Amino acid sequence: MLGSAVVVFRETLEAALIVAIVMGATRGVAQRGRWVAGGVALGIVGALLVALFAGAISQAVEGRGQELFNAAVLLVAVAMLAWHNVWMSSHARKHVEEMRHLGHDVQVGARPLSAMLAVTALAVLREGAETVLFLYGLVASGGSAGLAVGGLLGLAGGTGIGVLLYFGLLRVPLRHFFTVTGVIVLLLAAGLAASAAGFLVQAGLLPTLIDQVWNSSRLLSMDSMTGRMLHVLVGYNDRPTGIELLFYVVTLATILVLMRLFGARATRAARSAAAKQGAPA
Amino acid sequence: MYPIRFAFLLPLALPVAAYAQTLEYTIVIKEHRFQPGELTVPSGKRIKLVIDNQDGTPEEFESHELRVEKIIPGGTKGTVSVGPLKPGTYPFFGEFHEATAQGKLHAK
Repeated sequence: MLGSAVVVFRETLEAALIVAIVMGATRGVAQRGRWVAGGVALGIVGALLVALFAGAISQAVEGRGQELFNAAVLLVAVAMLAWHNVWMSSHARKHVEEMRHLGHDVQVGARPLSAMLAVTALAVLREGAETVLFLYGLVASGGSAGLAVGGLLGLAGGTGIGVLLYFGLLRVPLRHFFTVTGVIVLLLAAGLAASAAGFLVQAGLLPTLIDQVWNSSRLLSMDSMTGRMLHVLVGYNDRPTGIELLFYVVTLATILVLMRLFGARATRAARSAAAKQGAPA
Repeated sequence: MYPIRFAFLLPLALPVAAYAQTLEYTIVIKEHRFQPGELTVPSGKRIKLVIDNQDGTPEEFESHELRVEKIIPGGTKGTVSVGPLKPGTYPFFGEFHEATAQGKLHAK
């Protein structure tokens, strides 16, 4: 029972943390609950499908199918997170003002929400597929009722930590809120890009460049609870390869530059609109 | 965004060429145990590990030290690339049956 609880907890935790960040980043957006729930539902359906076709995926592309699939899923999520941050860099100020003035949630349109739906669905799909396969294996080799209890405990534990993170985020004052979630989304995206690089190395498609840039496993091991959480949230890695670090830094820099560019453009547009109305900028 | 990213890798064509020669080793999973439980490979070379899961249930072949994580469905084989490794011992395990599925890779 404990074994199944631990494995399910680990997998759930990753997805739950990402969902919590998505919920934070879409704060004040009308109907986001429905979109995020839709993402979770789609992710679960996707996880079942991936688990069902795990054999076929694994054997595809000369046995590299699983790595390529994981890398693709991660990189799509990175692109969606990047797009969200770039979009927020030009809309965040207006968004906060509207939230204050209207006193209710803001309509943002379907596009920014669909990006976050995709991020949610992909996170649930990836972690969910592993959980499904693990539980299937246990059931197939004669599982017991303890197994189901363990699985549910793990699920509850992982989800609980996601909920805690979300309510922790809500304590950040509104003025700084989207700056904080923006930074978290940025680091999350960079970390996921590094993981994608790891899968491409495993597939033999990328060199490690440097086998081990540093080893901080004694300081903070990835097996520890804190290490695991920081791995999801900011891409912490106790023994990163050169290529993982490169993907991390390049992703971080690319998103930051795009945010600056679009943020500056939005500021200019707001200023010229204000000037036209004869109001001080 | 990706073409720019890959442009960074262009100066690295040299190590990629060295990396073409790989050695292949097979590890069998049977009754949630690895056979052989320990194997020795040369250091400094790219290694291809074929994981042959002869059990009816899936296993996740994982090693933090080797930086691999791969689900091997029951009755299938999966390959992972590791290395070039520094001399040392690299433990690996089956995440779905951690109690029994434990093994070690020695790089010499």
